[in-house]
Amino acid sequence: MRLRRWLVGCLALAWVIGVGSVVPAVADEIVIGGQCDRTGPTKPVGIQLCPGVFDYIKLVNKQGGVKGHTLRYIEVENGYKVDRGVEAYERLKRDGAVVVLDYGTPIVYALTPRHMEDKIPGLTPGFGRADSTDGERYPYIFPMAASYWSQMGAAMQYLKDKGGAKKGTKIAYLFYDNPAGREPLSIFNRICEMEGYECRDFAVPAPGVEMASQVLDITRRMRADWVVGHLFGNAPAVSIKELKKNGFSLDKVVSLVWGAGEEDMRTAGWDTAQGYLGMQFAGVGRDFPVIQDIVKMYQAENQEVPEYVGWVYYNRGVLVAALIVEAIRLAIEHDGLPVTGDKVKKGFETIKDFTLGGFLPPLTVMASDHEGGGWVRMYQTKGEKLVPFTDWFRGYREIVLEEVKKAAKAEEKK
Amino acid sequence: MINREAGVFQTSYRSDMALYTLPLAKITVWVTLGLLLILPLLLGNNEHTMSIVNTIALAAISAIGLNILNGYTGQISLGHGAFMAVGGYTAAILSSRYGMPFWFGILAGGSMAALVGTLFGIPSLRIKGLYLAIATLAAQLIIEWTINHVSWIGGGAQSSIYVDTPRFLGLAFNNELRRYYLILVFFLLAYFAAQNLVRSRVGRAFIAIRDRDVAAEIIGVNIFKYKLLAFAVSSFYAGVAGALWTYYLRIANYENFTLGVSIEYLTMIIIGGLGSVLGSVLGAIFIKLLPIVLDLSVIRIAKGVFGIPYESVANFLANFQLFIFGALIILFLIAEPEGLARLWENIKRYFRLWPYAY
Repeated sequence: MRLRRWLVGCLALAWVIGVGSVVPAVADEIVIGGQCDRTGPTKPVGIQLCPGVFDYIKLVNKQGGVKGHTLRYIEVENGYKVDRGVEAYERLKRDGAVVVLDYGTPIVYALTPRHMEDKIPGLTPGFGRADSTDGERYPYIFPMAASYWSQMGAAMQYLKDKGGAKKGTKIAYLFYDNPAGREPLSIFNRICEMEGYECRDFAVPAPGVEMASQVLDITRRMRADWVVGHLFGNAPAVSIKELKKNGFSLDKVVSLVWGAGEEDMRTAGWDTAQGYLGMQFAGVGRDFPVIQDIVKMYQAENQEVPEYVGWVYYNRGVLVAALIVEAIRLAIEHDGLPVTGDKVKKGFETIKDFTLGGFLPPLTVMASDHEGGGWVRMYQTKGEKLVPFTDWFRGYREIVLEEVKKAAKAEEKK
Repeated sequence: MINREAGVFQTSYRSDMALYTLPLAKITVWVTLGLLLILPLLLGNNEHTMSIVNTIALAAISAIGLNILNGYTGQISLGHGAFMAVGGYTAAILSSRYGMPFWFGILAGGSMAALVGTLFGIPSLRIKGLYLAIATLAAQLIIEWTINHVSWIGGGAQSSIYVDTPRFLGLAFNNELRRYYLILVFFLLAYFAAQNLVRSRVGRAFIAIRDRDVAAEIIGVNIFKYKLLAFAVSSFYAGVAGALWTYYLRIANYENFTLGVSIEYLTMIIIGGLGSVLGSVLGAIFIKLLPIVLDLSVIRIAKGVFGIPYESVANFLANFQLFIFGALIILFLIAEPEGLARLWENIKRYFRLWPYAY
């Protein structure tokens, strides 16, 4: 009977579900939750960032944990889908996570009210709304280490200080036409007006692999002096190729944080990408004590060190994990056990000058500034490496904070 | 064994016209309703499982709407996600800017979506099949673009609008359990409204248009009216689901309603069964639950049976799940091309004759 076989199949599936829903509970561990996208549109970032988080937490556990307590990191794949993100958050909450790494802009948007309700801090590294910097309005959201507004402020500061931008300088903003891409526009326009630059913005529609006309416009009609790029996914590599093809010097391009990974350079061709300037909020490369420790950890286990250790997104994962661990350490130090979401939130807000041997920017997080100051650093593509180009810096902080306040006011009025 | 029809006689037209005429069917419906009411108890009142149930119920409402248009009237629509977005943003604007209560936002969201849906349904009077699919694809793109670029609608650069937690008579829907009952009310309304609609005069007109629109016109069905009506009803469902989704997340964000979502809903009704209200629900369960079940079980099996820790094979597991998910879709469609609803019918039929199969 065909049908009987089907019924047996369904029963087997039910059994699998039964096995699947057994939850192991281990006491005396501090649970950290995290989400990841290893299959969706941001897969190139996810498959590097998420191992970074795992490796750092493993390293901390090898070195004795946080004040003697073991950390357990649980990751749930969300595929950049909102409903999966909600499920992932609820699953992590069920498993006792005291802090959750949220992955993906739409997911951060959707989870923000839940973080407030459950008093579980959410770390949204470079994903969240820029106005969630305001810790009084969003007490449980931490958009570390630099929001898009801060990144734009820093990019414009760089153009002014090092790029010799003055009144009349032509600046083009090339961005992916989605909420994340449009977010820095308000800061860009304000600074342009204030400094008297001639500015234009160029939207690249999804999926961002076709921008010949925009680049032609930038290089031939507008004849821009500088390009500020804010692209994701496959788009940065395309922009590098197009700009190069049109004879635009790549050291006149400043990319915000999601447009300057090793994989982008590889796709565009390292030869093509020479001189490209990219912004980072974690150190790049293996020349940091913490990355060296991770390399040693791999070697001690006789495992091959993956190629991506030290790469941009991997190091960003390490940064995320380091911030979480530091917040938990401070939480235990100040308020003792058991660790709760509320205590971790206070832990985050007392992070001060935490640099992990130059790996992180000099972050100082406060209740009013959940971003940690908005520090970034520029790296340039040289050979087959990204090399440091500036020290940690930030820019137009007043304007950024003013925008944050303005957003809070607009919300109140509603 | 279960001779359901034997000895069942109707003595009035009213009882003959009832949605469920057989005693067994009535009992099943009441038992199912009871089970739905105590579902949180059965599942241990767990925020995690309830969040999955809520997601499925929301998807089911929208899928029923798409099935009315697609399965019953035969008009392929790729703009369903966009119509959900219309509902979601309408509700968010009304609630956050004008302080309207959530139930008003849901009704207004549905009505607005119905209006927009009707507008984009006009091409269906001239074009059919795949050509119509492309026209509705345009609806998806136009609506997404509008939300993104008209700041009054989209709420600024982030194209997202926060709304407060919905309240009703002083009760805030601030946990998954409460939100479940809120969504359940709308789900039941949607389900039974659709069940009744498709067997009414209107529903029969829809089916006539699907089967052969020229023939339908000849027997006196006003194609103009009924095609647009199908779009309106379907978009109303989408709008209500979009508004509920917005109140559920407490944010309206177009990234929840992209083209991918529209296609996901088409997958749901194809898996579930075109032209079946129950099928829409089964399809929603299949598409929304299966990835989560796979995620939970594959990881546990990898660790429990093979002793492999998650982090060392995370990339493989994540992609492997997608592979199984795709394979299961194909497998179920090969087993029963007419969907899960038909499979369920087959099971029922099998047991009806059992043990005398021949």
